[in-house]
Amino acid sequence: MAISPIIGSAVTRVDGKLKVTGGAQYAVDHPIEGVAYGAPVASTIGSGRIANIDLSVAEAMPGVLGILYHGNCGPVYRTAGPFERNSIVSEGRPPFEDNKVYYYGQYVALVVADTFERALDAAAHVKVDYETAKPVTRMSEVTTPLGPAHRSYSRGDAETAFKNAPVKTDEVYTTPTETHNPMEMHATIAVWKGNHVTLYETTQGVVNMQGVVSQMLGVPLDNVHIVSPFVGSGFGGKLFPWPNTILAAMAARKLGRPVKVTVPRSLMFTTVGHRPITEQHIRLGATQDGKLQAVIHEVKNPTSLLSDYMENATGSTPVMYSCPNVKTAQWVVRLNIGSPMAMRGPGACPGMYGLDSALDDLAIKLNMDPLEIRLKNYAERDESSGKPFSSKHLRECYTKGAERIGWSKRTPGVGSMRDGNEIVGLGVGTAIWGAYRGGAHARVRLSADGRARVSSATQDIGTGTYTVMALIVADKTGLPVERIDSVLGDSSLPPGPMSGGSTATATIVPAVAAASVKVIGQMLDLASRTNGSPYKGVDAQTLAMTNGRVHKQGEAPESGIPFEKLLEMQQIAALEAEAQTGGAPDADNYSMHCFGAHFVEVGWDPGIARLRVRKTVTVMDAGRIISEKSARNQILGAVVMGIGMGMFEDTYYDPRNAKPLNNNFADYIVATNADIPEQEVIFLDYPDPVIGEYGARGIGEIGLVGVAPALTMAVYHATGVRVRNLPVRIEQLMKA
Amino acid sequence: MQAFRYTQAKTVDVALDPGQRFLAGGTTLVDLMKLNVETPHSVVDINLLPLDRVEPTPDGGLKVGALVRNSDLANHADVKARYTVLSEALLSGASPQLRNMATTGGNLLQRTRCYYYRDINYACNKREPGSGCPAQDGFNRIHAVLGGSDQCVATHPSDMAVAMMALEAVVHAKGAKGERQIALENFYLTPGTTPDKENVLEPDELITYVTLPRLAAGTRSHYLKLRDRAQYEFALASAAVVVQVEGSRIRRVRIALGGVGTKPWRSKEAEAVLEGKPAHTKNFEAAAAAAMRGAKPLKYNGFKIELAKQAIVRTLSMVTA
Repeated sequence: MAISPIIGSAVTRVDGKLKVTGGAQYAVDHPIEGVAYGAPVASTIGSGRIANIDLSVAEAMPGVLGILYHGNCGPVYRTAGPFERNSIVSEGRPPFEDNKVYYYGQYVALVVADTFERALDAAAHVKVDYETAKPVTRMSEVTTPLGPAHRSYSRGDAETAFKNAPVKTDEVYTTPTETHNPMEMHATIAVWKGNHVTLYETTQGVVNMQGVVSQMLGVPLDNVHIVSPFVGSGFGGKLFPWPNTILAAMAARKLGRPVKVTVPRSLMFTTVGHRPITEQHIRLGATQDGKLQAVIHEVKNPTSLLSDYMENATGSTPVMYSCPNVKTAQWVVRLNIGSPMAMRGPGACPGMYGLDSALDDLAIKLNMDPLEIRLKNYAERDESSGKPFSSKHLRECYTKGAERIGWSKRTPGVGSMRDGNEIVGLGVGTAIWGAYRGGAHARVRLSADGRARVSSATQDIGTGTYTVMALIVADKTGLPVERIDSVLGDSSLPPGPMSGGSTATATIVPAVAAASVKVIGQMLDLASRTNGSPYKGVDAQTLAMTNGRVHKQGEAPESGIPFEKLLEMQQIAALEAEAQTGGAPDADNYSMHCFGAHFVEVGWDPGIARLRVRKTVTVMDAGRIISEKSARNQILGAVVMGIGMGMFEDTYYDPRNAKPLNNNFADYIVATNADIPEQEVIFLDYPDPVIGEYGARGIGEIGLVGVAPALTMAVYHATGVRVRNLPVRIEQLMKA
Repeated sequence: MQAFRYTQAKTVDVALDPGQRFLAGGTTLVDLMKLNVETPHSVVDINLLPLDRVEPTPDGGLKVGALVRNSDLANHADVKARYTVLSEALLSGASPQLRNMATTGGNLLQRTRCYYYRDINYACNKREPGSGCPAQDGFNRIHAVLGGSDQCVATHPSDMAVAMMALEAVVHAKGAKGERQIALENFYLTPGTTPDKENVLEPDELITYVTLPRLAAGTRSHYLKLRDRAQYEFALASAAVVVQVEGSRIRRVRIALGGVGTKPWRSKEAEAVLEGKPAHTKNFEAAAAAAMRGAKPLKYNGFKIELAKQAIVRTLSMVTA
């Protein structure tokens, strides 16, 4: 069946009206009678142990209902870990497990009171005495040898090829700690009824959270209900549960009343993850004409004492460019900081900043055009696996983007392009992100009121999943989107995908399509069985459903009968079908990736040390676009985030006590509206023939990968300063 | 935040105890109360006082009530037309929401954004005299290069006050001993050994008005704020310039700097270099050098010295062009 033009059209997101009118209920918006408020007390040391907690003052304060800490919190368990499906936690240690402090801003107590203000006031009166050890907050302080790599890859003989290469670069590139900081802070309302608990949450994975909560609280899976209909974004920070979720549930159980816990912005910097620092040593060897002969990419990142998280910055390196000799290695170093967690474009984002920066350094050395060197080393197939790409149109991304930004007018000399007080610089960066489709269940229901309902226990974290699910049902049934209800964000629905790794769309689309086809089949069957149906006795195989009407194949839909009429005739409320789909059948024979190119134009006013981005052009090869508006929104937002990564974001820890000093939105700077210039986004819209019927790959991460190196190359072009330590700061450029 | 008593003042004759605070827009006070940096047992809301008007003065200047909101002041027709530097400074600060709340008097008394001051788990001489200053060898990129001491290097965060410094504003205050006028130039104190004392106001005094003197015909002014991002960030360096040019020569100039000093920083040194001299880049650069001559860089903020010079030179160029 042909795919209808509604797929990829500019449909307004189906949950949009609720969001702009305030009707969308986020986690803490759910009105729960008798809810109490939990205010966390967090450690003010980076390492050591709690010697004493004095609750006497706080406990006597008005409205205080209870205070939980390691000495009284009751049982809390560890999860069965990776052996058990859907039990992934961000931090292995349950909250309040013991009196040890592993990082600054770790929960040490939770004060529950009848109002938010009273809880906060009492929390400030919990007196904690610590035995303080010196925290280790920087990788440079760790002197023990790194030992063998914790992850590595090799093809050819990269060291020898590097040694013999006529042209070499050998540089270290670093990216800072970045904190996810979604607009909606992590939050939970926990409500117990007997041995059943309902958690109103903000999560990128209701199914996994159900599993984790069941295991950590020691209650059967069936007794845990996660509700998360709207998520004020997550960026990876809400993939897996953090201690705040468990604290709310523990407190509600102990006190016998609902408890609401919102992670304050300051603790968003310590208790719910961050993208860790990467230190990337990259050596490139090349021929005189810029063909890569050796790529050696070695990366260190810090993690906490409670997580094994590795920022897989070398993950894309074996795939990205053509090169016979490639070696990568990664190490993890443990520090007294909160646990890191995947942040939008994990691995690839810092990794491609490193790799593309190294390629630009090579281009500078060879006096080569940055675009030309990328085309020179274009990978026609995945050289790490030898497999063909399922669909790759990166060359077209480069050429189209170059045309839109006016690359042909780029004069190569540093500082050679001027506009008034500003020196203009142009750079290009490459985007890559692995495409993956997993397994999911979905249910589609056709009701006698003429509406369809599609449901799955997945989430919409602002990415457009509600709309994508509706569009697939619209495509299959021919119903207008206005007559389709998308339901998600609830663990009691058929298990759906996590919203992470750019996999939700590719994973949920086939399940929704299959459930739609199944329920339509039932409807056609009904048409051939129903008394009064014009198609009674007609072979259902010869019928079709278009525009919500059952009709004979080859005849106009208008000749047919609306499905709701058939249901009415049979006095049936609805037909409903569930389908389960798995990974792409032919996935093992292909290398599946999204690709893209970013072009960034910056303006540098050397008279006042002012750097601003003037224009961005992004061309995406991301498979077929299902929902054009929300897809464009994803890429626009990712590029904004890329500008922040390039120029602003940097969580800095005080080495004396491991406190993230800029733990608020005044001091942790991200791009504001005024920092964002004209942005252009182009989708090539080539369906991926391997990933599934619709050819849709995920697009959540890809838009962020490659922005930062394009920006730093543009900065070099304007200023002559090669920034190898993000973010670009004006003091680095003032040395020009 | 600790529990506190709330009362409303009906007249300007309100005496404050040490544990009390006046509440105007609340954009600094409430923020600091949430951090437990300010822990008043009682706040006296002064928003009902009739101090919310901008009026002309008999000598052709402007009288600005202490409760005039930053947004209203910035968009006041006279301010936009005649005191451009003030309008620009106000609009470069904070966000529209904050400017809608923040008041003229409150802005003058805005507290520093020093990380260490704002966290009660750190020592801070400004918060607890004698406890220490972790900024000296901490992360001090945002700290002051002018006016600091070994006790404190926190910058004064206001943009408005910098513009008012260049406009030679006068602060009117009322206290138990009656009313007095304080030239803004004499209003702020450098930290020295008493960083907790930021200005000359007595504890019982309330700012009632700020007056701006009349500007001579042909006076031009401009505020330039330099920072990492384009909006909603405190200045790394800023310059307010008010200048009167006759022919090609500078007849009178007032220069103040923000983001680099422990108080809104008037630079008479820079003014002295320029007065009577041709409005020319070489002279602007000499003035900028004079302004920053005594600057003392810390580990991370050395670039501010050059940045402030750039702000001065560019602002002078723009305003004399």
